[in-house]
Amino acid sequence: MPNSVLSVSNLCVSFGSRTVIHGLSFKLEQGDCLAVIGPNGSGKSVLLKALLHLLPSPSEIRGEIHWSESARLGYVPQRVAPDRQLPLRVKDLLEAKVRFLQLSATDVERVASETGLTGELLDTRLGILSGGQFQKVLIAFALLGDPNVLMFDEPTASLDELTEERIYESLHSLQKDRGLTVILVSHDLSVVYRYADMVLCLSKVRLCMGPPREILTPQLLEELYSAPAKYYKHVQQHLDH
Amino acid sequence: MDPSRYYSLLLALVFAVAAGLVGSFAFMKRMLLASDVISHLALPGLGIAFLLKIDPVAGGAATLLLGAFLIWRLQLHTGLSSDTTIGVVFAASLAIGAAITPSEDLLEALFGASHKLSLSGFVLGLTVAAFVIFSIVRLKSQLVLSIFSPELAAATGVKVSRLDLYFLFFFSLTVLLGLRFTGALLGSALLIVPAATAHQLTTKMSQFAAVSCLVSVFSVAAGWSLNSLVFRSTTPSPTIIIVSTVLFGLSLLKRA
Repeated sequence: MPNSVLSVSNLCVSFGSRTVIHGLSFKLEQGDCLAVIGPNGSGKSVLLKALLHLLPSPSEIRGEIHWSESARLGYVPQRVAPDRQLPLRVKDLLEAKVRFLQLSATDVERVASETGLTGELLDTRLGILSGGQFQKVLIAFALLGDPNVLMFDEPTASLDELTEERIYESLHSLQKDRGLTVILVSHDLSVVYRYADMVLCLSKVRLCMGPPREILTPQLLEELYSAPAKYYKHVQQHLDH
Repeated sequence: MDPSRYYSLLLALVFAVAAGLVGSFAFMKRMLLASDVISHLALPGLGIAFLLKIDPVAGGAATLLLGAFLIWRLQLHTGLSSDTTIGVVFAASLAIGAAITPSEDLLEALFGASHKLSLSGFVLGLTVAAFVIFSIVRLKSQLVLSIFSPELAAATGVKVSRLDLYFLFFFSLTVLLGLRFTGALLGSALLIVPAATAHQLTTKMSQFAAVSCLVSVFSVAAGWSLNSLVFRSTTPSPTIIIVSTVLFGLSLLKRA
């Protein structure tokens, strides 16, 4: 039996008297792609931050989060809003991470070529990048340090459909090439169907996990979202084409 | 000029380098105005020092560092915004300082003076400046990561809260270095204005800090000379700050 990359056991996360995640347990093996879905406020982002130990001090975490010793984590957050006036170029940011982690100076060129960051883009100020370019930079940033687990918190929120498609395609090929374990928070069920091996549903009424085609039934979606049956059909049609 | 005056000028120039460097990061952290307020935390200490007839810098150092630590603790444990915590501590400091500083010393406490400097004071000042410059250069990568995104920096392994405290500490030390001749009111002006000027002149991180240091050093050299030759005031800081703001005005022409 393969060793788990991540083992979560009876995880509870609360903020004061409000419990956001209650009794969550699951395991991930190397190379798995887990999609985390659920309505707004169900604790998807909180789960990722708990896994990364990034939750602020008023929060309370109980249960166990165990990463394997070989796990190297990369993280692409939901939103980063840098000051547009910052005199920081893409290259400055990536080089800062390389210096801090004492990586090889050639790593910036390597991840830039993997993620399609051109020399011109590397020399561009962060504050004037388009949404799609900015996401590419965040993915390149996450890939520095050679992670074997990548966590994405709605990486294409606020991007147009074409850019979203390109980003997911590049993520998917990275996952296959490197054998990465991926944890992906997404509202987009067509993305979940297409790329995820397993789906974790978070909601106040129930927690469940399994392969997309077994888990994402119209009944479950009805419990999770407001217009599920219609949405389910739309996703099915989209995938059939 | 006697040697002690040379020491004062040399230390002012070294302070200018530290101020330009720390100011460039304070600019990127968007804490320049907050930083301005932090320099006022020295006022109660200056007042106490004047009352006790001890070295004003020692008094200023005590309350400035204490106040900076108090602000950091309040932010960490109350969840109040930095604006609120700095505002409250600032108001208390200014009131206490104004109440206890003898009126004949108030001008010096607020605007500084070009006192003679002993060799030991000069060496101590140089050591502190070298420590600040070395530390900021060493922490540069962590500062860049936390300026871009504290959350991503933490995910990368940067201890963001500790880094904030260190930066506040180095900022306070830099203000202290200049306190002798800038006073409490203009204490952080050389951290603010040269960084703002550098931002007008460059868009690259590597040049930004260097230009900020250059503008800061030029402001001190030109302001000090102008004051010695023309105004002959006991407080050179107003002339220095006027020179730096003129440079800022000129830098606006580049973007006009």
